[in-house]
Amino acid sequence: MNTRSRDPDLVLTGQPGYGPRAEGRALVSQHGFSARYDLNRERGVFSRKEHDLFGESVVGVILIAPVSKGGIATSWMLREMASRGVAPLGIILHSTNPVIVQGAILAGVPIMQGLLPPAHQVVRTGDWVRMDPQQGTVGLWR
Amino acid sequence: MPVRSAHVAADAEALRDDGIEFMSHLSSLGARCAIPTTTNPRSVDFERAAEVGQRPIWTERERGIVDAFDRMGARRCDSCINYQTVDNPVYGEHLAWGDTGTVIYANSVAGARSNFEAGPAAVAASITGRVPRYGFHLPEHRRATVRVEVKDRPSQRSDWGALGCLIGRRVNDYWKVPALVGDGLRPSADDLKQLGAAMASYGSVGMFHLVGVTPEARTEAEAFGGIEPVERFVVNPGDIAGVYGGFQADVEKPDLVVFSAPQLSLAELAELASLFDGNTVSPVTRVYVTTSAMVKAEAERLGYARSIEKSGARLLTGVCFYLMAPHELAETFGYRTLVTDSAKLANIIAGYGFDPVFRPTSVCVEAAVTGRIPW
Repeated sequence: MNTRSRDPDLVLTGQPGYGPRAEGRALVSQHGFSARYDLNRERGVFSRKEHDLFGESVVGVILIAPVSKGGIATSWMLREMASRGVAPLGIILHSTNPVIVQGAILAGVPIMQGLLPPAHQVVRTGDWVRMDPQQGTVGLWR
Repeated sequence: MPVRSAHVAADAEALRDDGIEFMSHLSSLGARCAIPTTTNPRSVDFERAAEVGQRPIWTERERGIVDAFDRMGARRCDSCINYQTVDNPVYGEHLAWGDTGTVIYANSVAGARSNFEAGPAAVAASITGRVPRYGFHLPEHRRATVRVEVKDRPSQRSDWGALGCLIGRRVNDYWKVPALVGDGLRPSADDLKQLGAAMASYGSVGMFHLVGVTPEARTEAEAFGGIEPVERFVVNPGDIAGVYGGFQADVEKPDLVVFSAPQLSLAELAELASLFDGNTVSPVTRVYVTTSAMVKAEAERLGYARSIEKSGARLLTGVCFYLMAPHELAETFGYRTLVTDSAKLANIIAGYGFDPVFRPTSVCVEAAVTGRIPW
């Protein structure tokens, strides 16, 4: 999809995030996200059976979820996944904990939080999104 | 702001080759711990990795990490119960701890002050002796915001884990602080450890208050600091039983029975030793128990380790089960059904493709001995 040819269908706004601009297909969860709790990291695929994205791949998508989950390990894991090219292009959460923010920054994966309207409520899997962490905006095309 | 100590979670299962190179590089540049620094569990018990059936690569990777921390001058305790053993947190002091279970305990039970400092951030804090001033370092973020009326009664240690699971699932936000209110809630240190570890695991919660027990909640008014709760809910009689009921295996045979996450204290090992004493683990299952080197030494001196090992269960040191590349163990040995008395482990291990069954400690021991999950 050529997103430059027209204005976005919707713009989400909020506080600035971290990292460079990124755009890609959205993968949207209504559950939380933790690399250790949810992923097969060899392949970047959701391996937790009860997760609503079970079997889906985070590789090359903008991952959107309401909240970051659980433990400390995601901080190392995002960087390791990025080193093998199996990390998401960007992460948009409604509420974060320090772990995922520290991990995303170390990995060079752009991350944003607290947008209005909440990204996980309005973006659908397959939508094209462009995140601009410096401006605190996310454009959505569908 | 300055912090007194750092606790670093940096196991091979999380770091893999990229993270190990990162740590080796830092230490070879001359990075040194500027403050007392403890380490979280590793992926292998160096003396028993082969017996467990882990690939040698995990031992090699852990040696690389251990070398880096030794060069930096860390107190390498390889334990997630530093707060019960080698670094007791003190009221009001500022810390840079990783491992969510250690942080929630330090904040809630001791009244010390730390955020979830992820591995790399705790390493940075160790080198600089400082962290950004935010989150739980600030009094305004430590006040309770969610009122939890506990009408159910936890009667054994794993019930506290179940309660933590219920509250974590419901609160599900690092920036919310639940205050538990209820008559007759008198937990032990190990009960609070299970409660906190589960709350942090299921809900990324970094701090809680238990009114009348934890130091910043002598009264409900003190816990909330004069501000109305943004949310209220009740844990009703039967809710704790419902947590166990939510974990059902589709087979009766436990492939694994695991006592871990957090590592067991001396008191927990004493209980396990008395339950396993004179019993033999069923040939259809394997049993792993994890603790720290310090606790293991005491357990050996007091005979607990012998009672546990004699049954056929294996007492591992310096590890936690979910760090042991469990997906590879599952593949190698065909493990699927895992029975545990840790609500936290039951949560995490599902991410590695296991079917977890969370049960009270005595039921887990029964499953281990009979080779059949009783309920």
